[in-house]
Amino acid sequence: MSQATKKPRRWHIAVFLAPAVLIYTAIMIIPLFSTLQLALYSEVENSQVFVGLQNFRALFGDPQWSDQFWNALKNNTWFFIVHMIVQNPIGILLAALLSSPRLRMRSFYRTAIFIPTILSFVIAGFAWKLILSPLWGVAPNLLDLVGLKSLFQPWLGKEAYALTTLALISVWQFVGIPMMLIYAALLSIPDELLEAAECDGITGMSQFWKVKLPLILPAIGIISILTFVGNFNAFDLIYATQGALAGPDFSTDILGTFMFRTFFGFQLQLGDPNLGAAIATAMFAIILIGVSIYLFGIQTRLRRYQF
Amino acid sequence: MSTARHSPVRSIAAHAVLATYTIIALFPVFVIVINAFKSRKAIFRTPLELPNADTFSLVGFETVLKQGDFLLYFQNSFIVTVVSLFMVLLFGAMAAFALAEYRFKGNSLMGLYLALGIMIPIRLGTVAILQMMAASGLVNTLTSLILVYTAQGLPLAVFILSEFMRQVSDDLKNAGRIDGLSEYRIFFRLVLPLVRPAMATVAVFTMIPIWNDLWFPLILAPAEATKTITLGAQVFIGQFVTNWNAVLAALSLAILPVLILYLIFSRQLIRGITSGAVK
Repeated sequence: MSQATKKPRRWHIAVFLAPAVLIYTAIMIIPLFSTLQLALYSEVENSQVFVGLQNFRALFGDPQWSDQFWNALKNNTWFFIVHMIVQNPIGILLAALLSSPRLRMRSFYRTAIFIPTILSFVIAGFAWKLILSPLWGVAPNLLDLVGLKSLFQPWLGKEAYALTTLALISVWQFVGIPMMLIYAALLSIPDELLEAAECDGITGMSQFWKVKLPLILPAIGIISILTFVGNFNAFDLIYATQGALAGPDFSTDILGTFMFRTFFGFQLQLGDPNLGAAIATAMFAIILIGVSIYLFGIQTRLRRYQF
Repeated sequence: MSTARHSPVRSIAAHAVLATYTIIALFPVFVIVINAFKSRKAIFRTPLELPNADTFSLVGFETVLKQGDFLLYFQNSFIVTVVSLFMVLLFGAMAAFALAEYRFKGNSLMGLYLALGIMIPIRLGTVAILQMMAASGLVNTLTSLILVYTAQGLPLAVFILSEFMRQVSDDLKNAGRIDGLSEYRIFFRLVLPLVRPAMATVAVFTMIPIWNDLWFPLILAPAEATKTITLGAQVFIGQFVTNWNAVLAALSLAILPVLILYLIFSRQLIRGITSGAVK
């Protein structure tokens, strides 16, 4: 080794990076972009022909597809709204209670409430499908105990209720995640700060609203964007409980099930990969817009406190 | 301490709310599992009672084990999860080490590139992934699933692990270098053992979505020989909708292994979430 030469090439950096970068690029990034590209083509007589934005025109404007698309988008938006207005408040409430000082059985509650989150959608979906089934009668019997039997409906089978019911099942399953993340955020608030608040006479509820809530806003922001991405890419729960046709009468159809039917084909409908790719591109755009709004519009405005 | 923070009324109220929600969280799982061990009559007559000598029956499990190939599905899920997990942890840790340890041109750009996949779901590329797998003859193989899940798990693994690797002391690594250890040995012998707790957290985060996924098994490997337990349970239950014993038993079989694993590792998982792995 000569002393005066430049630094030796550091091959080990490439060796460390190579496997991860190769697999990630080959299986995730390239397919993602070729999917976006496929959306601009169409199959004509067994060969791919460039058609520009025609697939998107069909998706947004041709009644054969656009009715389904807008329906799925509308349902998906409602699915997300239900998550935001039910999952996050419950998560915050549970986390606030869990973090109250000298609480007994804390780890029992934490462990138990998180259990649904580790189960698959298939299990959660079917378990609720059975419980809500009018044939079995668990749900009506329980309502009977509190004198509300008349309220029972076969919720998953009614167009008006099915989507909301599914969203609530999904909330039931995932409430553990906001609970844990907000719990972690609450734990990271230093005791001195809370004691200072107490010295100023700010305790209990007003302490929560005035001191803790502003401090956990960044965590709530992260949860919201995770929920957004998860919801606009959801599929499993609907497919497992309602099938690929997202019944009754497409009332629970969301973008994930619509994309599945379109590109993979279902029953008599033949699969159309190009139109499926167009739907994936639309989903990609929606997720990108959501993530950008979060990154540039919300995250930068949240004040972060360093302790 | 002030009394306002610890009043008994407040604590009873907290317990009441938490206990109520715990019941809501556990009730469906509980009802499914207890009814799986009952006769058909008892399932419908007394769904909320524990099985007793009269109502106990394993007929559902017998049907499941006779009809579905659950042992094979379980084995498939196990292979896919363990191999993907191993690749995510090994390759993820290597890449994280490169990003955390060395200054080189494009370091932060590479970090950003690898982090893209945290926010953008791999499912959006499914159409092209299926075509690629079909072209290379990997459809209906466990390999296709392993590759996809490795790619899916890597971004978060690299992100979390590189945060932790930055905290490993430089003195230790430099001491290793002075002793003539190669960079590879420093990574495998010195750094990896030190980030083991972070690896465990990443392992749990990576494992759950892989084990529970329905989308890719349905699209890439729906053949009988390569079905995972999640897809297998879904198909089986779809076929046996009217056989309540079998459906409940299949659900219980799918729930129990995950539940047992969770109860063993819950401490690790919860510590991982609350220790700021996701800040």
